[in-house]
Amino acid sequence: MKHLMDIIDLDNEQINELIKVANDIIENPKKYESACKGKKLAALFFEPSTRTRLSFESAMLSLGGDVIGFSSFEGSSATKGESVTDTVQTVGYYADIIAMRHPKEGAPLAASKRTTVPIINAGDGGHSHPTQTLADLLTIQREKGNLNNLKVGLCGDLKFGRPVHSLINALARYDNTEYFLISPEELKVPDYVKANVLDKEGVKYTETYDMQEVMPNLDILYMTRVQRERFFNEADYIRLKDTYILTPDKLYNAKDNLSIMHPLPRVNEISVKVDDDPRACYFKQVLNGKYIRMALILMLLDIEV
Amino acid sequence: MNVDSIVDGIVIDHIKAGNAMRIYRHLKLKEVKSPIAIIKNCKSQKYGKKDIIKISELIDINLEVLGYIDPDITVNIIKDQKLVEKKHLDLPARLTNVINCKNPRCITSTEQEIDHVFKLTDKQKRIYRCVYCESKSDKEDIG
Repeated sequence: MKHLMDIIDLDNEQINELIKVANDIIENPKKYESACKGKKLAALFFEPSTRTRLSFESAMLSLGGDVIGFSSFEGSSATKGESVTDTVQTVGYYADIIAMRHPKEGAPLAASKRTTVPIINAGDGGHSHPTQTLADLLTIQREKGNLNNLKVGLCGDLKFGRPVHSLINALARYDNTEYFLISPEELKVPDYVKANVLDKEGVKYTETYDMQEVMPNLDILYMTRVQRERFFNEADYIRLKDTYILTPDKLYNAKDNLSIMHPLPRVNEISVKVDDDPRACYFKQVLNGKYIRMALILMLLDIEV
Repeated sequence: MNVDSIVDGIVIDHIKAGNAMRIYRHLKLKEVKSPIAIIKNCKSQKYGKKDIIKISELIDINLEVLGYIDPDITVNIIKDQKLVEKKHLDLPARLTNVINCKNPRCITSTEQEIDHVFKLTDKQKRIYRCVYCESKSDKEDIG
């Protein structure tokens, strides 16, 4: 594998290998602290991000490597009218690996055709965000012990939410996954995800507006933010943003071993009062995100420790 | 109605009735200087009615475009008044710069010079999707 554009670029064997390496990093961090000495990661973020950018940077620094890059569109030559592909080709001469976020769908794929260094898609608009999914999978594996036989509730913005599409893709390939897709009508999972993944793989799923109705079934409840930046119309955003707010009282009929997940940042869709619930896993996802990105950098740079 | 037989040229046969002008447009046949005959609503044993386009010159035909519009079309190559090749089309697995992606969120909407590439994702339903953003093509998106 040269680049990582989408979670479907990875087969289950590669995902399992990444999880294995990430778990080893968690157990033996010292072993990896100089693994990328002399290597540079370019973090090219054409769109604001706190977690993903710092996670990539922290991952590379923890492997003993260095980091260059920019953190906004304004910080790049794109403001001068330079094309994305030209920018990435240029940076490819300075760095050994590139993590790239861009608001346009498919931007990292277009850029990958113009450079020889590995590119990791760190989010391309509402399309794909594979390293978030890897963080989610590592978290699920650590919480549940495996990735099979899970009943997964996905709640909120299932239309524009890229972590949702990637997670649907990834878990659909494991045994007996069942999805409960909880959303308002306007934010349902797009037809192409249903056709290309759920229907094609024969994955069982239920679409519903009512979170409470399906809560008792769930092993995982994956909450998402309704993303203001994906709406062309502010009025639609305001109407839909508060549809689901998870509070402690709404967990009354949930399983004791439910895992509550969220790709973060949250706005108000999970009350801070839920943070103390032992079932809350969303900050564990943040930490796991760094470890799985370390494992991914090692895999793409073909470094074995 | 008299249409001279072709010496050297191409006959695009088995066009779904009503599609001839669309194909004429997308293959940019108005740029061809030699005589072209468009025959509409002919009898067809297979389809009931069909259209035919006869081009009295051997030109390069974009088979990707033809296959995308109608994979049931047959392209006959005529040399010295003899049929030398009969090409049966299929839905192309990949289309490069045949369809334009109309998704305003797609990278193709801002990067002017990159190829618009679509791949066939569902042969039965004849669905193509943009390789960059996965948007579904529309027959009207053809460039």
